[in-house]
Amino acid sequence: MISKAFADDIKIKINSGQIEPLPVAIADFTGKEGKSNQIGRQISEVISNNLVGSGQFKAIESAAFIAPPTSPSVRPNFLDWSPLGIKALVTGSVKNINNDEIEVEFRLWDVVAETDLIGLRLTVASKAWRRVAHIISDEIFERLSGDSGYFDTRIVYVSESGPQNKRLKRLAIMDQDGENHQYLTDGSFLVLTPRFSPTSQEITYLAYFKNEPRVYIFNLETGQQELLGSFPGMTFAPRFSPAGDKIIMSLAQKGITDIYTMNLNNQEVKRLTNSSAIDTSPSYSPDGKQIIFNSDRGGSQQIYIMDSNGKNVKRISFGNGRYATPVWAPKGELIAFTKMHKNKFYIGVMAPDGSGERLLAEGYLVEGPTWAPNGRVLMYFKQDKPIDDGKSTNVNLYKIDITGFRETRIITPSDGSDPAWSPLLPN
Amino acid sequence: MTKKIFAMLGTLALLSACETASQKVVSGSAATSSSSGSASSSGSTSGSSSVDKKQSLFAQAKQTAADKLIAVGDRVLFDYDSAELDSSAKILLDAQSRFLRVNSDLNFIIEGHCDERGTREYNLALGEQRATAVRDYLVIQGIDPDRIKVISYGKEKPAVVGSNSMAWSKNRRAVTIIE
Repeated sequence: MISKAFADDIKIKINSGQIEPLPVAIADFTGKEGKSNQIGRQISEVISNNLVGSGQFKAIESAAFIAPPTSPSVRPNFLDWSPLGIKALVTGSVKNINNDEIEVEFRLWDVVAETDLIGLRLTVASKAWRRVAHIISDEIFERLSGDSGYFDTRIVYVSESGPQNKRLKRLAIMDQDGENHQYLTDGSFLVLTPRFSPTSQEITYLAYFKNEPRVYIFNLETGQQELLGSFPGMTFAPRFSPAGDKIIMSLAQKGITDIYTMNLNNQEVKRLTNSSAIDTSPSYSPDGKQIIFNSDRGGSQQIYIMDSNGKNVKRISFGNGRYATPVWAPKGELIAFTKMHKNKFYIGVMAPDGSGERLLAEGYLVEGPTWAPNGRVLMYFKQDKPIDDGKSTNVNLYKIDITGFRETRIITPSDGSDPAWSPLLPN
Repeated sequence: MTKKIFAMLGTLALLSACETASQKVVSGSAATSSSSGSASSSGSTSGSSSVDKKQSLFAQAKQTAADKLIAVGDRVLFDYDSAELDSSAKILLDAQSRFLRVNSDLNFIIEGHCDERGTREYNLALGEQRATAVRDYLVIQGIDPDRIKVISYGKEKPAVVGSNSMAWSKNRRAVTIIE
C-alpha cells in the first residue's frame, strides 16, 4: 500500500499502487443429486463474489474452463488450468447427509506449484450453506493473501424509510454481503448508532424508547432489549470495550456532555472526562488501554486521545476543518474518522498520533466509518444532497478499501445509515 | 489440516441457534412490561361520558394553549455549531416566559435540534446544549425548573427539508412544546 500525502486543498487522490488481482478459478461444487448440486453452485457463486469483491482476486469465468469441475478428493490435471493464467483453483463437493444436513468439502490448489494448500470438510444444516461459503471464503482469502478474512461477518445498521422530516428508523441486521436481512425493531421508536459486542451476540445502541433517549443493549439470542443503567440525562454514543465487559458512552446533562463507562458486571459507573464542552463518540484502542473521542473543548470539534482512566488527554487532529467519529482499527495501526471541511464531508484514516492523514471518500454527507475485522475495508453511510421537495433523500451504506479503491454501495431493502461491522463470527 | 477440519465440525452446530434468535422483532410495547402510552387511552375507552367530556375539554384547552404558544413564538434559532442565545432569541424567550407564568398549570418540553451539517452524535450533544440554554434562560426568568424538561433530537427531525442555508438555519432550533 502506498500512502497518500495529505494536501491542503483537500483533494481526494486515488492511490496508484493498486495490486494486480490474482486470477483464480472457483469450480462449481459438485453434488450427486439436483439439490446438492444446486447448493454447490450457489456456494461457488458466494465464494466468487466474496473474493472478487475484495479486489484482490479475479475469478476466471467457468465457461473458459477446459476441464469439468471435479471432486475435491481428486487431484486436478494442472495442465488444464495453468494455460488460462490461473494461479489457484478451488474445488468442492456437497453431499446430502439427511433432509436437513449437508456435508461440504473443499480444497484449494496451487496451480503453479501443482499442490494442494488447504482443505476442509464441514457438516452443517442445509439452510446454513451461505455461512459455509463465507467460512470457506475466509480460509481461501487467508491462505492466499496472508491476511485474515472478513466474509463470515454481519452488519447491523439503521434502516430508514419515509420522508426526511418524518423518518422511520429500524435496527436491521444482515450478512456482510447484504443477504439474510432481518429487522430487529419495528420502527415505533427512533433508534440510532448500533454497535456489536466482541462476541457479536449483543448490540448496543441509542433508542428513543418512550421518548427518552437512552443507551440500550439488544440481545440477538433472546431478542430482548435492556435499558443500560439509570442516568439523569441522555446517554448516547455507546460502544463496547474490547473485552466486552464495559460500555463507553456519553452522558449529556445541563448542557455538558462528558464520557463515562459502565461496567456490565457490577453496574459501576465511571466518569472519564470533566470538561464543560461536548466530549463524545468515544472508541477504545484494541488493547483497551486508550480511548479516542471528539471534543470541541478547544473551540472546534477535533479528535483527542486519552488513557483508559481519562488521564493524559491530547489532541491528535490538526488538519483543516472539523474531525469526528474516530474509530480504532482492529489491529490498532490506524484511526478512521469523519471530517467536515468547506461544506463537504470526508471519510479518512490517520495514525493514532494524528500523522499520515489520508482521505478515502467524500460526499455531501459521509459519516460514521466502521472497520472490517481485518482492517482492510471501511463501511460508512453516504447521504446524497437532498432534493428540495421535502420528500426525496438518499442515504446508503458504502464500503471502500483503505487503499481508497472500490467504493461500493451495499444494497439494502430501503435507505440505510449508521452501519457497524461485526467481528468474525464465533465458530 | 485434519485438526482444523475437526475444529470446524464441532462449532458449526451453533449456526442454527444464532440464526433463529435474530428472527424476533422487538416492538414498542413488547420490550418492557410497563407502557406509558396505554394508560391514557384505556382510560378514555372505559370511562363514562362525563369523563370523556372532561378529557376532551382538557385536550381542547391544551390545544388552545399550544396555539397560543405558537403565536407567542415557540422556537428560537441558533448560529452554526452554537448554543448561544442572541438578543432576538432572548426577546422571544421573555415573551415565552410570560406565557409560561400565566399558564402555570402546564408543563413544557424544550426540544433541541440541529442542522444536518454535523455528525450524528455531536449533534445530539449540541441539541441538548441548545435546549438547556433555553431552559436556563427561562429559569432565570422565574420559571420553575420542575416544569421544564429538555430533549435533544440532534439532526433527526428537521423542521425544513432542504440542502440550503435557509433550511439549515431553520433547523438549528430549540422548540418549546406543551408536555
